[in-house]
Amino acid sequence: MRLQRNPQLNANGELIHLLSTEGLSKAVLTHILDTAANFVSVSDREVKKVPLLRGKSVFNLFFENSTRTRTTFDIAATRLSADVINLDIARSSASKGESLLDTIDNLSAMAADIFVVRHNESGAPYLIAQHVAPHVHVVNAGDGRHAHPTQALLDMYTIRHFKGDFSNLSVAIVGDVLHSRVARSNIHALTTLGCPDVRVVGPKTLVPGDMTQMGARVCHDLREGISGVDVVIALRLQNERMSGALLPSAQEFFKSYGLTPERMQWAKPDAIVMHPGPINRGVEIASAVADGPQAVILSQVTFGIAVRMAVMSIVASHDA
Amino acid sequence: MKILIKSGRVIDPASGLDANQDIAIAAGRIVAMGDTINDFTPEKTIDASGTVVAPGLIDLCTRLREPGFEHESMLESEMAAAVAGGVTSLVCPPDTDPVLDEPGLVDMLKFRTKKLRQARVFPLGALTRGLKGEVLTEMAELTESGCVGFGQADVPIVNTQVLQRTFQYAASFGYSVWLRPQDYWLGQGVAASGPLATRMGLSGVPVAAEVIALETIFELLRGTPARVHLCRISSAKGLELVRKAKVEGLPITCDVSVHNLHLIDVDMGYYDARLRLQPPVRQQIDRDALRAGLADGTIDALVSDHNPVEADAKNLPFAQAEPGATAVELLLSLALKWGQADGVPDITVLRALTRGPASVLGQSLGSLQDSIGRIVVGGVADICIYNPHDEWVVSDDRLRSQGKHTPFTGYALPGTVCQTIAGGFIAFDGQ
Amino acid sequence: MNHTPLKTIPANELNAEALYQSLLSHMRTVVTDSATPIRLVGIASGGVWLARRLQLDLGLEGEAGVVSSSMHRDDFSTRGLSSMTVQTQLPFEVNGATVWLIDDVLYTGRTIRAVLNELFDYGRPAAVKLAVLVDRGQRELPVEANVAIARAELPATQLLELSRTPQGQLTFDVEAIAD
Repeated sequence: MRLQRNPQLNANGELIHLLSTEGLSKAVLTHILDTAANFVSVSDREVKKVPLLRGKSVFNLFFENSTRTRTTFDIAATRLSADVINLDIARSSASKGESLLDTIDNLSAMAADIFVVRHNESGAPYLIAQHVAPHVHVVNAGDGRHAHPTQALLDMYTIRHFKGDFSNLSVAIVGDVLHSRVARSNIHALTTLGCPDVRVVGPKTLVPGDMTQMGARVCHDLREGISGVDVVIALRLQNERMSGALLPSAQEFFKSYGLTPERMQWAKPDAIVMHPGPINRGVEIASAVADGPQAVILSQVTFGIAVRMAVMSIVASHDA
Repeated sequence: MKILIKSGRVIDPASGLDANQDIAIAAGRIVAMGDTINDFTPEKTIDASGTVVAPGLIDLCTRLREPGFEHESMLESEMAAAVAGGVTSLVCPPDTDPVLDEPGLVDMLKFRTKKLRQARVFPLGALTRGLKGEVLTEMAELTESGCVGFGQADVPIVNTQVLQRTFQYAASFGYSVWLRPQDYWLGQGVAASGPLATRMGLSGVPVAAEVIALETIFELLRGTPARVHLCRISSAKGLELVRKAKVEGLPITCDVSVHNLHLIDVDMGYYDARLRLQPPVRQQIDRDALRAGLADGTIDALVSDHNPVEADAKNLPFAQAEPGATAVELLLSLALKWGQADGVPDITVLRALTRGPASVLGQSLGSLQDSIGRIVVGGVADICIYNPHDEWVVSDDRLRSQGKHTPFTGYALPGTVCQTIAGGFIAFDGQ
Repeated sequence: MNHTPLKTIPANELNAEALYQSLLSHMRTVVTDSATPIRLVGIASGGVWLARRLQLDLGLEGEAGVVSSSMHRDDFSTRGLSSMTVQTQLPFEVNGATVWLIDDVLYTGRTIRAVLNELFDYGRPAAVKLAVLVDRGQRELPVEANVAIARAELPATQLLELSRTPQGQLTFDVEAIAD
């Protein structure tokens, strides 16, 4: 087997692409969180911009639709004074049969500095990162089921903000873990940052047993899964799951795994509830919980901008 | 042409011969073998000292991509690649475009390949029309055109009743059925199921896909004996079932690809699409079992599973990349590498490439049955002469195949082919 | 502007505590003469202790602000993100304020330029002034201090930095720049 260098880091161990939270050291993750802390205050200034990426072009390449994530990257890049170009791939030449790498080449010829890529196939950003010129940086905005590192980082920022140190925490991730890139990235980040108790919770069809090898405890009973936890991360349940014989219905899911105020009593009294959004009320989470005092979902959104600002400024500051 | 091969170490797995001998070839056949050969005036003498003289290799799966998927001169390049790899007989699967389910297509393929005077080509005909798993093909006509068996390439037959009927029909005439044992529904994934696929977010093919397909085939065979060749065993559990079925006496043979023999799931690294293969490469425990199974003969043959996938078809995210790898030129070296690593004697290694695949083909070889895959006086002169001490590094420019994608790029592999003689004709000369 | 001619002192003879006392007495005059309240803002990181100590010693209300140059530095493309351990905190209304920036050493002037840009992201001050302990010349931008207590000359290969002893005494360190 050939050893390959982690494509996210240059020869000096500095971050040049953000593709996954897996393979990044605690120091690298912490540096991103610390940098993000500086950017949180930018939204409170009169002039909500700093010139760090002035003159740089950020291309948002979303092969999978997501107005929310794309908008936060757009705002983050704009706050760094970068020029932002949003590519609507569905209507662009890619849908006319242009290959992924040809699309990248054409855009690179237009002097892109950063590609923010969301793709429905796991591994697509790695292909892109291997292909782009040395001065171009790739930020993964979600690839298939594999990774969503900026979401994990903003989740980690949120947890650190409300709970402080990771080394004493219990965190439960509830829902469709099998298909969730958010879950995978969160598990890697949490374990790297020293969280000793990461649990994944859901029915066997949606929570594979071999996730224990990623360092998470597998629970198929919600009570066991969220007893005594400090953080509950609820994942979005997608409609496709019903058609794949993975789940009978959304109602049945809510019956066994939905977060209600009564069930939240199994967690610690000061536990926080998180969700990557958009939430399905009455499926993953009851409105009373989503709108309740334990939910920090809106904070996640705010922190998401700062974290993405941090990621883009960090990768842009390192040469390949 | 009269050829004398002098002073080579002749290894013939069929007879157990492993000795320094000279070989005399005339009119396409071996006319004499021995320490010295008298009364023979060769037109060409090959000094084979320091080399191994083995029967020409038989590869039970080499895709020539003709008709249909060919690029310009693809047939020529892939046939040239085969003989450069020491292969003198190859079986090509029916997944061409159009599928090899018409005698005319088989005739054309045999005609074109024969003209090239390189390896013998033994096509597999499609078992069902268009490989669709519904309607039987005209197996008698296809056999007459030269098919040595009937298969479905990588397309499982979903309808068990149809599968049963293919066995019944083929058995009536003694035709062999070649199947890759994989359940259609469970086999939709792109990587081997397991912790790695879960972590990488890739859909998995569980071992159960192979086990269920094998059990189905075996149970059908118990009711309807037919000669079945199982293509590309990939798991320890699957191999164990094959072992038991052979002990039971079911008329089966099986092969393994060079990829499953050497590689495991983690070799994909960061989504390297050259590891996008069918069947997928599995875990260490499976690789170990397959290596042991090839050594002890449970697995009859080692195949290259050659597929000259074009460049762009791999420059895609893993799941979208076309499965397959170029491999016919690496077959011998990868076999030798396995032998060296596991301490398997040369004669056993070579059996997996010669006598083993010949016995899989069996009666379908007709009159060639007695001499293909062997070095025997009176038999066809299909010979592979190779230098076991030499080493080469796999790279694009070393490959004659138009397919350059192989997971073994950059590997230093043992054994280089010096000459390949097919039917008494020097089809490849590396000197 | 400063009306006292500056003496040039050898770098190794700089007495930080003495210079501070001089700065303090200048700032007393500034506070007394000013019609409007003055806001002290320490430039991260060398000016932060100075500003806080001045705030205390001058008996000013509230807390001294802190301003970081990291977001507006001009060397991002060569040096990357600078250390962001200290963040800008301005605990007063910037619009219409009279701001005194406090720093230990004034050198090329680039930090001041970045700090001014940072400050103006928060609002429009009525006036901005600069007070430093030491001016080491070698300006690359047209920036001057309103108050500079001493002048020192050092080669470009040396750094002049303010630090504190464990007892809390201010002291100047001269260090060679690492290659």
